[in-house]
Amino acid sequence: MTVEANDPGLSIASGSGASLRPILEWLARRAEPVAIGLVAILIGLALFSLFILAVGKSPVTLFQLMYTGGFGSWFSIQNSLSRAAPLLLTALCVALPARLGLVIIGAEGAVVLGGVSAAASAMPFVGIVPPIVLFVFMGFAAMVVGGIWIGFAGFLRHYRGVNETISSLLLAYIAIALMNQFVEGLLRDPASLNKPSTKPLPKEYMLGHIPGMDVHWGLVIGVVACILSWVLIEITSFGFAARIAGGNVRAAQIQGLPVGKLIVGFTAIAGGFAGLAGMIEVAAVQGSANASLAAGYGYTGILVAFLARHNPLAIIPVAILLGGIAASGGLIQRRMGLPDATVLVLQGTLFIVILFCETFYGRFKIFNPDLWKRSL
Amino acid sequence: MTKLLSMNRRNFLQASAAGVAAGLIGSPAAAQTALTVGFIYVGPKDDYGYNQAHAEGAAVIKKMPGITLVEEENVPETVDVQKTMESMINLDGATLLFPTSFGYFDPHMLAMAAKYPKIQFRHCGGLWQESKNPMNTGSYFGYIGQGQYLNGIAAAYATKSKKIGFVAAKPIPQVVQNINSFLLGARSVDPTITCQVIFTGEWSLAVKEAEATNALVDQGADVITCHVDSPKVVVETAAGRGAFVCGYHANQSALAKDKYLTGAEWAWGNVYTNFIKAAQSGGKLGNFVRGGLKDGFVKMSPLGPAVSAEGRKKFEATLAEIMSGKFSVFKGPIKDNKGNVVVTAGTAFAEDAIELESMGYLVEGVVGSTS
Repeated sequence: MTVEANDPGLSIASGSGASLRPILEWLARRAEPVAIGLVAILIGLALFSLFILAVGKSPVTLFQLMYTGGFGSWFSIQNSLSRAAPLLLTALCVALPARLGLVIIGAEGAVVLGGVSAAASAMPFVGIVPPIVLFVFMGFAAMVVGGIWIGFAGFLRHYRGVNETISSLLLAYIAIALMNQFVEGLLRDPASLNKPSTKPLPKEYMLGHIPGMDVHWGLVIGVVACILSWVLIEITSFGFAARIAGGNVRAAQIQGLPVGKLIVGFTAIAGGFAGLAGMIEVAAVQGSANASLAAGYGYTGILVAFLARHNPLAIIPVAILLGGIAASGGLIQRRMGLPDATVLVLQGTLFIVILFCETFYGRFKIFNPDLWKRSL
Repeated sequence: MTKLLSMNRRNFLQASAAGVAAGLIGSPAAAQTALTVGFIYVGPKDDYGYNQAHAEGAAVIKKMPGITLVEEENVPETVDVQKTMESMINLDGATLLFPTSFGYFDPHMLAMAAKYPKIQFRHCGGLWQESKNPMNTGSYFGYIGQGQYLNGIAAAYATKSKKIGFVAAKPIPQVVQNINSFLLGARSVDPTITCQVIFTGEWSLAVKEAEATNALVDQGADVITCHVDSPKVVVETAAGRGAFVCGYHANQSALAKDKYLTGAEWAWGNVYTNFIKAAQSGGKLGNFVRGGLKDGFVKMSPLGPAVSAEGRKKFEATLAEIMSGKFSVFKGPIKDNKGNVVVTAGTAFAEDAIELESMGYLVEGVVGSTS
């Protein structure tokens, strides 16, 4: 197909089409992931409808409820956005290393340790510095610790040849054990009897809500992080080098690219974002670090990143979509009497179908920019 | 099921209209009987444990006239539970909420209570304090340590090795009190009995619970009980290894068959019925509600076939004493397992004693450590 398309004989530029050509080429390239993604979601929903029919319920009612619960009102939209906020950052923890060809699945570990270090670093400064300065301290501490944690998985991968998927997952278990050790021991607030926690932040030191919305600032931080990550990958030379190394490590090494530094750097940035998610959980939601930090955001982030094909900008809509599915999950349980697992079935179905539809990339001529080059 | 669904939806429409009126619970004009009640669980409703006990209680009130029940399971203790509460209020018209997991209280339920002052929130396990918490919130809990004391008596008559075992989630006061009560019950029969405890560190971690149970049996313990969210794994593993089992949270006799001695169960149905009756009649719900076996907050599973006649006699005598309200599990002198006197001779704590709420020691005879 490529050979055919590059055949100069077929590429006839006409006067009127010449100005449209770059636009159409650009559209064709951009339309492919959107179209394939949407079709995959539709196929996934169709399969899921069969499942709902099989358990004797109405898919129509279900989809109506999903819309009502996820996006049907201003309350529902804010509900979805609140749930999406932590996923933006944990998805980046998967997506950034993925551009280097690494599969990191241990974001949960960076989240919980980020939360603990944020809470610990806040303790000496509460009441001394203004809240905004405290947030910077907390965010910095969380990002450093999260970065070290996931960066260590990257280090092991490059310098010791340890599979990063396994090591990051195992590190997550160690992180949760460490968190329990800290919040039940050294950092425990003696007043937290039946739920060991660190000392809670006073109200005025909590990261508040976005003005006019019932969603905390974590959403804005997450969106900014996604945009920055996109710039990092798509525009900077550091990101370009990472993409080359992700495409072919040998080629990158032959080019003299510092592959080891790229791997450790990218995994550390990724871990930093997940650590920041932990800090936001402490500063905006929980008020203290405790076992509730291990709520599975790190694992849902894997799903978001894969569905977004590791594109930081695509993470934003995908996270909101999954936030909406989670938000409507409760309504489905309550109104239809379906178990909580129903939503997991939907997530799983979408995940499999979208991965399956990856194989369709490059199969449809209509998305081939060269087609548009020659037909006009 | 479809029929059930349409019923729910019809009721929902009626109830959400009535819910607006019921929002003024407490004012005499709002003595409505229609009421939408929301229950939130941290785990699955059929976990043979903590959540199932609450769901069974919810099922009891579901049958009451005028009640629309909305339930959500597997809700984490994060912003998710806040949004679930709001969703029940905004979309279902719920005016009385029972977020049942301990971790829902602070900050989640308190945040929602401040935001929705007309909605009533009652939380299981927390320590509501008038000076700190708003009046539309409250907490309820049961003195289930008494049940573990009775478990201990049944265990004492069944054990041959004089070693009994306890699989515990976290070394927090509520759990520690159960461990101590279990051993004190056993020692009331035979003071040579010891109890090995293993903490898994998590409320729900099946693999570690199975490992802990196996380790206890390997070390010679022949009666096992536990305090984890879902005792299913512990009960099945212990019974499978031939050890006797004392249940916790809910009735697990179906999982252990002949090996099931008895169990300390919640009787939330009674507690929820009282709340609903108060809400429907416009009465006060109560902000700090506590009770034990005597008050019908806690009940014991029927004694299994493996309990001897002698054991049955002692069990029933102690139960009668507890029901009379004159019984103390923690009666001095009691030493902790490091040799310090923790309850002096002549002191007997009533079940509602504040000293018991912050218990951090393991009594003499418990093999294990809280840190």
